[in-house]
Amino acid sequence: MSTLEIKDLRVSVDTEDGPKEILKGVTLTIGDGETHAIMGPNGSGKSTLAYSIAGHPKYTITGGTVTLDGEDVLAMSVDQRARAGLFLAMQYPVEVPGVSVSNFLRTAKTAIDGEAPKLRTWVKDVNTALEQLNLDPSFGQRSVNEGFSGGEKKRHEIAQLELLNPHVAILDETDSGLDIDALKVVAEGVNRFRAQEGKGVLLITHYTRILRYITPDYVHVFVNGRIAEQGGPELADQLEAEGYDKYLRVPTGG
Amino acid sequence: MTLTDNPVADAIETTAPGTVLSHLHPVGSFEVADHEVPTGREEIWRFTPLKRLRGLHSDAGYGAGATSSTWNTPDGVRIASVDGDEARGLRGVSGLVPNNRFVARVLAEVPSTLLVDVPAELEVTEPIVVDLTGSDASVTEAGHVALRFGAHSRAVVVLNHVGHAALAQVVEVKVGDGAQVSVISLQDWDDDSVHLTHHEATVGRDASYRHVAISFGGSVVRMDSNVSYAGPGGAAELLGLYFADEGQHIEHRLFADHTAPKTKSHVVYKGALQGQGAHTVWVGNVLIRKVAEGIETFEENRNLVLTDGCRADSVPNLEIETGEIEGAGHASATGRFDDEQLFYLRSRGIDEPEARRLVVHGFFNDLIRKIGVPSLQEKLMATVELELAKNVLKDLD
Ligand SMILES: Nc1ncnc2c1ncn2[C@@H]1O[C@H](COP(=O)(O)OP(=O)(O)OP(=O)(O)O)[C@@H](O)[C@H]1O
Ligand SMILES: [Mg+2]
Repeated sequence: MSTLEIKDLRVSVDTEDGPKEILKGVTLTIGDGETHAIMGPNGSGKSTLAYSIAGHPKYTITGGTVTLDGEDVLAMSVDQRARAGLFLAMQYPVEVPGVSVSNFLRTAKTAIDGEAPKLRTWVKDVNTALEQLNLDPSFGQRSVNEGFSGGEKKRHEIAQLELLNPHVAILDETDSGLDIDALKVVAEGVNRFRAQEGKGVLLITHYTRILRYITPDYVHVFVNGRIAEQGGPELADQLEAEGYDKYLRVPTGG
Repeated sequence: MTLTDNPVADAIETTAPGTVLSHLHPVGSFEVADHEVPTGREEIWRFTPLKRLRGLHSDAGYGAGATSSTWNTPDGVRIASVDGDEARGLRGVSGLVPNNRFVARVLAEVPSTLLVDVPAELEVTEPIVVDLTGSDASVTEAGHVALRFGAHSRAVVVLNHVGHAALAQVVEVKVGDGAQVSVISLQDWDDDSVHLTHHEATVGRDASYRHVAISFGGSVVRMDSNVSYAGPGGAAELLGLYFADEGQHIEHRLFADHTAPKTKSHVVYKGALQGQGAHTVWVGNVLIRKVAEGIETFEENRNLVLTDGCRADSVPNLEIETGEIEGAGHASATGRFDDEQLFYLRSRGIDEPEARRLVVHGFFNDLIRKIGVPSLQEKLMATVELELAKNVLKDLD
């Protein structure tokens, strides 16, 4: 059971010329068990939305609210948000030299659950998660994301999604840079997650390709820091045929 | 994080005429009188707080008996404190000709030498551990250590410095042809200690030499670790790990002197700093002489600044006298915690102190794994943990 509610969210970043507003009032509710796709052109603010929900220090919230089952997400620290049940699969996962994947996963699992996982089942769970995402078991010994190919980084994010099993997952362009086989493997992972009761997904993507494997309940078109249109899965087909041009040509006011 | 990864072109530029590099071509002498007392203005002393050295750099008297040494003796290895002619015969065994006063004084004035003698072709499986334990930092002392590894031998020697001391020291290493040798020097002194030490190694034909400097404790620790080559094909790996706390001065100077063709030097030093007045210095000198064609060298120094009030100096310096080299480069970076790394870890539920712990362990881990002595590696991980508890984690709890 979980609902992520974003209301009139306004976010800016600091630039040399002062603050620059990127999100200009985003309202979106991910109801219990729903999958929402956000599609939009480069630079429209999709990652900004994802990072702001996760609490990245680069972004300043200037207005609006984000709640998870009524709890004020914006008042929580980054790690509290994760422990409350939010997960962000990043567009550009970060390298952490010298920290092994297995140590990282165990530390994260312990933090999320509030207790260390049972050793025997945990090792099995990790191996299964890696295997299902076509990652060699030797990944456990490698440093987090260091020297991983683009595709391996993305698959590693989804392995974490499955192991940490949050309430709501935000996937920021997890599909980009994947070949068709890797895309299927990633989609299967997300679908296993979704098949559980009450899991919410916010799937950010630039392309409709992944939506053939992960069918969203709702599609939102994101342009210039706002949701420009929303609809059902058919909206994705329309975008596939027509692109974003029609939204970009609409004057954005202001 | 500021990062400079300089390819060879940049490196050559740093050696353009007019820059001060003469300290790489000193005229050495065994005569103490040939060496002036340093003033602190000299290139090789400019970072060192001479006032805190209790005269070790100049004319402090050498007492006796405050620092004791104990060791294990694996089969076939001779370890002994020798004096008289035997000790005199070991002065300069590494090819060392003193280029400063303290080194000249140690060679001239210290009556005995701690000798570790590994015969040719002996493969010593267990580490030879020499514990040097100081009992009184108010007694200024000096010591000469000679590590002689015969041709094609294999051995690991650990010099473990602990306790209270004011020690001037010269460690000479002779690595025979084809030998494979590790020398690990651990400076884990108590807070009142001062340690001025010069390590000089000569690496034989096709031999490999790994030198590891680990400095955690002591008020002032300054180590010069030099290596030159007695024949072609030798390889030197100079590794270092240091952690400076409030008020500590930890200085490491490296010098890879490529005196033979087809030789290699690889330098990696990593340090962390925390607390008011923590100061670290890393100076990495590499000289590629005219004869040294086809050599490879890379040196790297990274510093992680954990709190305000610290200073890390990092000076790579590459001087090239031949155009015929395989590869040469250096990298130096000093920075604070990487916000992106912390964010990534925290976004997985890991709280801030734990995330910082992971990052610092990660920073040192690769290097610790390279040391190749498992018992020591575990000990070092634990020491890193203790250091972190002092500051980084405490503030956040
Ligand atoms: N520090 C900054 N200074 C100025 N502009 C910034 C800064 N950080 C982000 N931006 C701008 O914010 C906008 C939104 O960026 P964001 O990464 O959220 O876009 P996106 O929709 O995820 O794009 P993509 O499809 O390329 O991933 C972009 O125009 C970007 O240039
Ligand atoms: Mg993006």
